[in-house]
Amino acid sequence: MSRVADANPPGDVLVRFERVTCAYRSEPVLVNIDLAVPAGAFLGVVGPSGSGKTSLLRAITGALKPVTGRVRFPGGPIAIGYVPQVETVNWYFPVTVREALLMARLDERRLPWASREEKREADRVLETLGLEGLAGRHIRELSGGQQQRVFIARALMRRPRLLLLDEPTSGVDVRTRHDVVHLLHELHHDGLAILVTTHDLNGLAAHLPELVCLNKEIIAVGSPAQVITPDVLERTYGAPMEVLSHGGMPIVVETAPVPADVVPLGGEHHEHPA
Amino acid sequence: MNTLLEPFEFDFFVNGMLVSVIAGALCGLIGVYVVLRGMSYIGHGMSHAIFGWAIVSFITKVNFYLGAGFGGFVSALMINRVARRRIIGADAAIGVITIGTFAVGVALISREGKFNRDFNAALFGNVLGVTFTDLLILGGVALAAGAIIFSMYRKLLFATFDPEVAEASGVNTGRIDALFALVLAAAIVATMNILGVTLIAAALVVPPVIARMLTDSFSRMLWISVLVGAVSGFVGMYLSWFLDIASGPSIVLVSTSLFALTYLMYGARGARRLRGAEAHI
Repeated sequence: MSRVADANPPGDVLVRFERVTCAYRSEPVLVNIDLAVPAGAFLGVVGPSGSGKTSLLRAITGALKPVTGRVRFPGGPIAIGYVPQVETVNWYFPVTVREALLMARLDERRLPWASREEKREADRVLETLGLEGLAGRHIRELSGGQQQRVFIARALMRRPRLLLLDEPTSGVDVRTRHDVVHLLHELHHDGLAILVTTHDLNGLAAHLPELVCLNKEIIAVGSPAQVITPDVLERTYGAPMEVLSHGGMPIVVETAPVPADVVPLGGEHHEHPA
Repeated sequence: MNTLLEPFEFDFFVNGMLVSVIAGALCGLIGVYVVLRGMSYIGHGMSHAIFGWAIVSFITKVNFYLGAGFGGFVSALMINRVARRRIIGADAAIGVITIGTFAVGVALISREGKFNRDFNAALFGNVLGVTFTDLLILGGVALAAGAIIFSMYRKLLFATFDPEVAEASGVNTGRIDALFALVLAAAIVATMNILGVTLIAAALVVPPVIARMLTDSFSRMLWISVLVGAVSGFVGMYLSWFLDIASGPSIVLVSTSLFALTYLMYGARGARRLRGAEAHI
């Protein structure tokens, strides 16, 4: 069963950035961005804090207007599902899982209560995401992974062609991260275009088919094997990083300089490699 | 039994009872959004601002409802605008804008020295002095507020819970904020002569806080808050007759007693829910 209402025919460009520069007040956050997000894309955006990852998503949703250039939707406007960072969610807001899902259904119905069809659809989405039986629960009463999936479910209730996720694995445990990565791959397999920002180079970015390295401007675009390299990472993050390989998958090792007076556990002092 | 029903023999009491119940329910309804938007202080501030505008309307001979309503709407929009720019917080924006307007009203009173109109009713409320026109206006505002919240339920909920994602999902949050400011200003103007400037804040905040302690569901919170507001209006008005106290404070004392009772009955669970609500209050 498909999780996505209308799968994207591959090849069409859903969103195109054309020399886009965005700024908050006079501070530029995105500079000269040229980027196309085709139907069926599964794109990760990596970069340090303040590199413009969230701004890139906000430019797509229209919440952030370009100062120069434009964000185009070549095939016409598309439904977009947006999954915010869980840290920004007010977990004490009085809202049940079902209410959280239904608030996103804005287009067809003006009545406050859900129609039978909407309830069925909400139940179907919850079941697909492994959240069946939780519709009446308050969002705070769920585990970390369930909470993340509720907001993915809410985005899916928009019947999106493009799903935007802002740091979906930030602050979650290893098991939850694994579940989220698995779920995103399933959604992509069902035809949904996905754009995900992340800090998590090893846990998430390395598992995606294509990455954009961003630091206000685009540093590199390519597969993890192509862009997770010491040179690209240093240009993106402004700090040296080592890249190891494990089963063909790149693993990033941060090589922060160790002060000379730090004595490692065990008492012996080892010279840190330059 | 006859003694218990005695107040209902008087038309002014029945009118007073009607406006108290409607005002309580209206404040309970709007108060949910006020509390969850983290603007509990706005009821207090806006009522003071509207009092200032009421004085200005009186001096410029503009209809009270039009002048004070328009002024309240402008004040609410200014608060939203200043708060959204995030240079100062919503609480500071409310303090600066509304108390400044209140000061204009007080300055005008002190300059004139004496008014024909009794502004005590606006300050402390006078349910028994409510005219049929006041009742009609309050009923109209309550119906309009109910209709707006009913027809925009999902957008209002989305914009209150998660404004950033709501905006990304096509909700015009600026328009929603402006509409809510209009509803809030209209509700405060319509209830000012009933509850008084000094007591409106309690009518806006206490019922939703009680409701929040009782439920984790938004739709249930809305219903419970309206019910608590209406019941507080009814019981408060009724008790004011027998205790021979002003009806405004009586209504507020009933709702605060209900809060204390709920807090005691639901103990840790209610307090836990309320801890979350503290972020909004």
